[in-house]
Amino acid sequence: MDHHKLGAPIIVIKGVEKRFGETVVLREIDMVVHRGETVCIIGPSGSGKSTLLRCINALAPINKGSILVDGVEVNDPKLDKLAVRRKVGIVFQQYNLFPHKTALQNVMMAPVTVLKQDPREVEARARALLKRVRLEDKAGSYPGELSGGQQQRVAIARSLAMNPLVILFDEVTAALDPETKKEVLVTIRELAADGMTCILVTHEMAFAREIADTVYFTDGGVIVESGPPSQIFQAPQNPRTRAFLDLVL
Amino acid sequence: MFETKLTARGVAIAFAAAAFVAAVSLAHAETASPAAASILSLVVKWLPLIFTGFLLNLLVSVLSMAIGTVAGVPLGLAQIARHRVVQRCASAVTQFTRNAPWLVLLFLTMFLLPFQFRLFGQSIPFPAWIKAVIGLAIPVMGNVSEIVRGGVLSIPRAQWESAESLAFSPTQTVFKIILPQALKRMLPPWMNLYAILAMATPLIAIVGVQDGLTDVRGALVAENRTDLLLPLYATLLAMFFIYCYPIAMATRALERRAEVKF
Ligand SMILES: Nc1ncnc2c1ncn2[C@@H]1O[C@H](COP(=O)(O)OP(=O)(O)OP(=O)(O)O)[C@@H](O)[C@H]1O
Ligand SMILES: [Mg+2]
Repeated sequence: MDHHKLGAPIIVIKGVEKRFGETVVLREIDMVVHRGETVCIIGPSGSGKSTLLRCINALAPINKGSILVDGVEVNDPKLDKLAVRRKVGIVFQQYNLFPHKTALQNVMMAPVTVLKQDPREVEARARALLKRVRLEDKAGSYPGELSGGQQQRVAIARSLAMNPLVILFDEVTAALDPETKKEVLVTIRELAADGMTCILVTHEMAFAREIADTVYFTDGGVIVESGPPSQIFQAPQNPRTRAFLDLVL
Repeated sequence: MFETKLTARGVAIAFAAAAFVAAVSLAHAETASPAAASILSLVVKWLPLIFTGFLLNLLVSVLSMAIGTVAGVPLGLAQIARHRVVQRCASAVTQFTRNAPWLVLLFLTMFLLPFQFRLFGQSIPFPAWIKAVIGLAIPVMGNVSEIVRGGVLSIPRAQWESAESLAFSPTQTVFKIILPQALKRMLPPWMNLYAILAMATPLIAIVGVQDGLTDVRGALVAENRTDLLLPLYATLLAMFFIYCYPIAMATRALERRAEVKF
């Protein structure tokens, strides 16, 4: 683990519990993410990975524990949730672009509407972001006219336009075919290399192994094991981790 | 281009149908009375008056649609508000105004609203036709409220979540993300509602507003000729048909386009 390139802790999660009614979906979750770190969360379906990301972004309230984003308690009822969401971007499996807006407008919308930034300045930045995800020639296209991989890259650009401190990726390549998957993975790899703090939920084990600074393995709502990819993938300590990896590798 | 052709065809059919109705009623009049030519001239004589009355029908329909829509959109949004009390009240108002007979609502507003009101010491008259506009705007409001609710609910939850995660406020989400997408689905039922409203406006004759129907009846009384009954009613009918049919065709075209799109 090359911790030397990592900065100060930016997300600090302590003892988080999340229930839906009687069902406990997350319990005793502890996690620290540093500035510039790339974290991958792996684990079987239903283990609570998406729920954890949604809690970090204040899309779902937690029942116990604390989540600090850049020193601010996400679960504080007095807190303006919008303030947290400006700092934390999230990209979903199904892209969820706004279908009535062009790619460029999708990227520009939040900074102009939410942050009230100058549209001309935002447009310049949005075009630069589209270029960064290699879609500068698709600025005028509507989501319905783009492939899945292209839509996903617009969604990443849309998230980046808010200048977040962290971006959460929830199985962003799961709905894509192998070819377009690669385009999106290249984009994420470049982002991580540029020093963006990323938390990825992924089933792409090879990618996780290559890109992650830290890997968390979750099962049944708890973090079973965490560590550098070399440890998790080559010498897993916990039999559950071993069983899961035997199944997916 | 496809739609303009469709609408043009609609108008053509409407004219043909109107001409047919007029011809049938004239033919009918001819067998009933030898003075058929004078029937045509009588229809022409009364045409301007009936048309003026018909214009009032249109004015009432446009105004009640406008008022009903302006009131119905926030009511529809309130129906999906998170605030329990707001949501319940909005639903109750919607259901009540949607499921009440229009004529009863008309009588109620006629009866409950004053014929004049005082503002800054001046008395301002409140004519019957304006009361009728309000009476018809009430059921329009209820129906628009349902159209808005249905349209908003037809947008996938993921769109809300996506906007939420980008720090859009609920109001910004509704007006910038959800409503613009829902509009496409709300337009056909809204146009349909308008066509129904326009055709229902002769109800205002019953509560004493001088509309197209009142004028036809006035003309019949003045001429006192039974053979005029069919031609004059057919004239009014044709006016409504020519007005409403293109709207119905445009609604259908929009619906078909929406089907293809989604
Ligand atoms: N809104 C909800 N209401 C009730 N239960 C929920 C809700 N959302 C998630 N759950 C439950 O929480 C558990 C964890 O779900 P979550 O989506 O976080 O899993 P996941 O690890 O992301 O799975 P996958 O890999 O399939 O995406 C599941 O058992 C799910 O049924
Ligand atoms: Mg998930």
